[in-house]
This record gives sequence, C-alpha cells and structure tokens, in this order.
Amino acid sequence: MDWTWFHRFGSPPHLYRLAGTLVPWFAWPAAILIAAGLYGGLVLAPPDYQQGDGFRIIYVHAPSAWLSLMAYTMMAVTAAIGLIWRMKAAHAVAASCAPVGAWFTVAALGTGMLWGKPMWGTYWAWDPRLTAELVLLFLYLGYIGLRSAIEDPQRADRASAVLAIVGVINVPIVRYSVEWWNSIHQAPSVMKFGKPSISWPMLTPLLIMFVGFTLLFAALVLVRVRAEILRRERQARWVTEMVTQ
Amino acid sequence: MSGAWQAARLVIERDLRLAFRNRAQLLHPLLFFAIVTTLFPLALSPEPSRLRDVAPGVLWVAALLASLLAIEFLFRDDAQDGTLEQYALSGQSLTWLLFAKTLSHWLLTGLPLALMSPVAAYGLGVAVEAVPGIIASITLGTIALSLLGAVTAGLTLGIRRGGAMLSLLTLPLAVPLLIFGAQATARAIAGEPVAGPMYLLAAFVVLGLTLAPLAAAAAVRISLE
Repeated sequence: MDWTWFHRFGSPPHLYRLAGTLVPWFAWPAAILIAAGLYGGLVLAPPDYQQGDGFRIIYVHAPSAWLSLMAYTMMAVTAAIGLIWRMKAAHAVAASCAPVGAWFTVAALGTGMLWGKPMWGTYWAWDPRLTAELVLLFLYLGYIGLRSAIEDPQRADRASAVLAIVGVINVPIVRYSVEWWNSIHQAPSVMKFGKPSISWPMLTPLLIMFVGFTLLFAALVLVRVRAEILRRERQARWVTEMVTQ
Repeated sequence: MSGAWQAARLVIERDLRLAFRNRAQLLHPLLFFAIVTTLFPLALSPEPSRLRDVAPGVLWVAALLASLLAIEFLFRDDAQDGTLEQYALSGQSLTWLLFAKTLSHWLLTGLPLALMSPVAAYGLGVAVEAVPGIIASITLGTIALSLLGAVTAGLTLGIRRGGAMLSLLTLPLAVPLLIFGAQATARAIAGEPVAGPMYLLAAFVVLGLTLAPLAAAAAVRISLE
C-alpha cells in the first residue's frame, strides 16, 4: 500500500499550506451552522415543560462538553501518532488541541454552572459530570504545564505525548468513578441508545450546534496548527522564503 | 529469564540498602502523614463523632499527599548520579527494572503508610473493627499510587521545580483511587461490606501493574535523551 499521503502530513510546509486552505472550509460552515442552530434553539424551539426557557443553555453547554472530550481524544491520538512515527507535525497538532480543548472545557463548566443556578439552586454542586469536567480541565492544565515546563521542544513533545496517552486511559475511569460516587445530573438525553428523549424541534437545533461546534473546533485547531508550525520552523528556509516573498 | 529475576532482586536490594542508610528520608512521608492527620482534629473539632465522619477523607487525602511527597524521590537521586542511564543501557528491560524500583519504593513508603494508618484512624475515633479494611484499602491504594507516580515522576525528571509539576500531573489522575479508596475506608468504618470498592481498587492495581511500568519506562527514556 502506498503510504506517501500519510507521510506528507509529516512535512511541516505541506501541513501549513493544507491547514491554510482548509480553515475557510471549516470556519464558514461553522459560522453558518452555529447561527442557524442558535436561531433554532433560542427562537424556534418550544420552551421545556419543566425548565421553561432555562433549558436553552443546552445548545451551548452540550456541544462544549462533547468537544472538551473530543479534543482530549484527538490530542491523545495525534500525540500517539507523533510518538510512534516520530512525526513533528502530529505533535504540533496535539499541542494545538490542548488550549482549544481547555477553553471548551471552561465553556462547558461555565454554562453548566449558569444552568445549575436556576435548576438546582446553586452554581456549583458536586455533580458527577461537572466534577469529571473539572478533573478534565486539570488534566488539560497539567498537559499544558508539562509542555511549557520542558525547555527542549522535542522532549516536551514526547513527554507530553506520554502524559496525554496516560490521561486518555484515565478520562473514562474518572467519568465512571464520579458517576458512581454521586449523581444529581439529569440523565443523558441525546447520547443514549434507542430513541432520544427530547422532541425533534428541540433536538434538531442541538444536532446542528454539535456539527457547528465541531467544525469551529477544527477551524480553531487549524489556525493554531499554522501558528505552531511557524513557531517551530522559524529557523527553516521555507518560512524565511515565504515571509520575504 | 533468571537474569531478569536477578536484576530485579539486585535493584530492590540496592534501593532498600540505600534507603536504610538514609533513614531520615524514609521517615519524612510518615511524619508528614502523622502531622496532617493531627491537624484535622485541631482544625475541625475534637468531638469523636464528627471526626469519625471525616476520618476516611482525612486518611486518604493525607495518604495521597504523603505518597506524593515520597514519589518525588523515586527517580531523582538515580537520575542525578547516572544510575538510571546505566539501567537503560544495561541490556535488561528498562520496564522491568523500573517495575522493581517502583516495588521497592512502595515497600519503603506505601507499606509503612498502610501499617501506620490504623494509628491515625484510631486517633480520629475509628473503632478497632475497621482496621483490616483500612489497612487493605490503603495498601491497594498506595500500590496503585506508586505505579502511577512512577509514570509522572519519569515525566517530570529533570524539570526545575518539578515537585509542583509532579502534583499537578499526579493528583487529577489519582481521583478514581481517592474516590474508591475513601469509599472502602468509609464502609470499613461504618461496618458495612467493603468488597465493592475494594475490587475496584484491586482492578486499578492490576491496570497499573500492566501499563504503568511500560509508560514509566517510556517517560524515563524521554527524560534521559
């Protein structure tokens, strides 16, 4: 089998240009879908029979929470690729996922707290999924911290890759252990088998938001990847040529 | 095969001998554990019923922090004097040698902590019947913590002021241990069956025994580069 397409990703100039071409292809659909999803969620969807209009924060909360996990998984997968095939570009992608994922985690926590105040009567409850999200934020901060604590960039790449892989094994364990530990969070309404327990007019904008947020994540990561590649390759000839042209 | 066993035995013997020649370092985590568990009655209240309620949490947080204190020394001296490099170059599997090293580290810190925990628990108003459950849960928990700590200590080798980094990396990963460990201890204290959380702790130990030495060896190799 021909693997050149795979190894081309490992070439920083190639990835830099590819990311540059792809950014608008992700950013524009993301903007359109998020706008449509927000309109559908905040205006068109009917109020919840129990939570009234308060439930509408789900349109930001659930996609953020989903991306906080997806970003971590993607960070671990790209870090593993970088570790196994010694691919610098993959490490650059992993490094770019971390801050974006951490911010989505903050967004999920913040919206969860705002949602908790009217529904549970308190901003912070030691609810399992909020707690797991908080631990996830600590894992992100540990990853970012380790990366910045090691001066040699290649060592930082490889050490943080091991940490990301250890962390990704731990994330589901943390999730289930806090679930058994304490539970007042409402049961999952989308991510469960069988028919979702949410009506279609409410669900459709949510699904649109999921896709929109995922595309937004991709666009943000690609912009960061470009910056990361430039930072790493600032001594390389192709960067000098590109800048002076 | 016998070569690997002999190498492991030599590593453990060497670590134990070195530790017993420098007893003060051996006592630090234990003293820390004793002092932290003493602080809680002073900060909360000397009332036994209240102390008994918080005892599992106090014991586990103190044990966790004391182990963390000890983990900092797991590889530090050996990295400074080049022993770790010799291990990596020795032709024996680094994974296996680090496993032996982690085992001796647990014998020197985790096991004494587990044996000492009933004394601290008694001070917190816990009945004597709970002692086997407490020892068992802290034993399992410290094994898993030593294994996890081997990975994070390997990653933070050679970082200036690595201690803070080490806690930032280790503590979030140790959350499941803390939850089930404290739960097992709480059940032991309440006189309820402890099997459930204990099995989960044992599962973490098995997971750690399987994967942690591999990750620790990878981490140490990266840090030695």
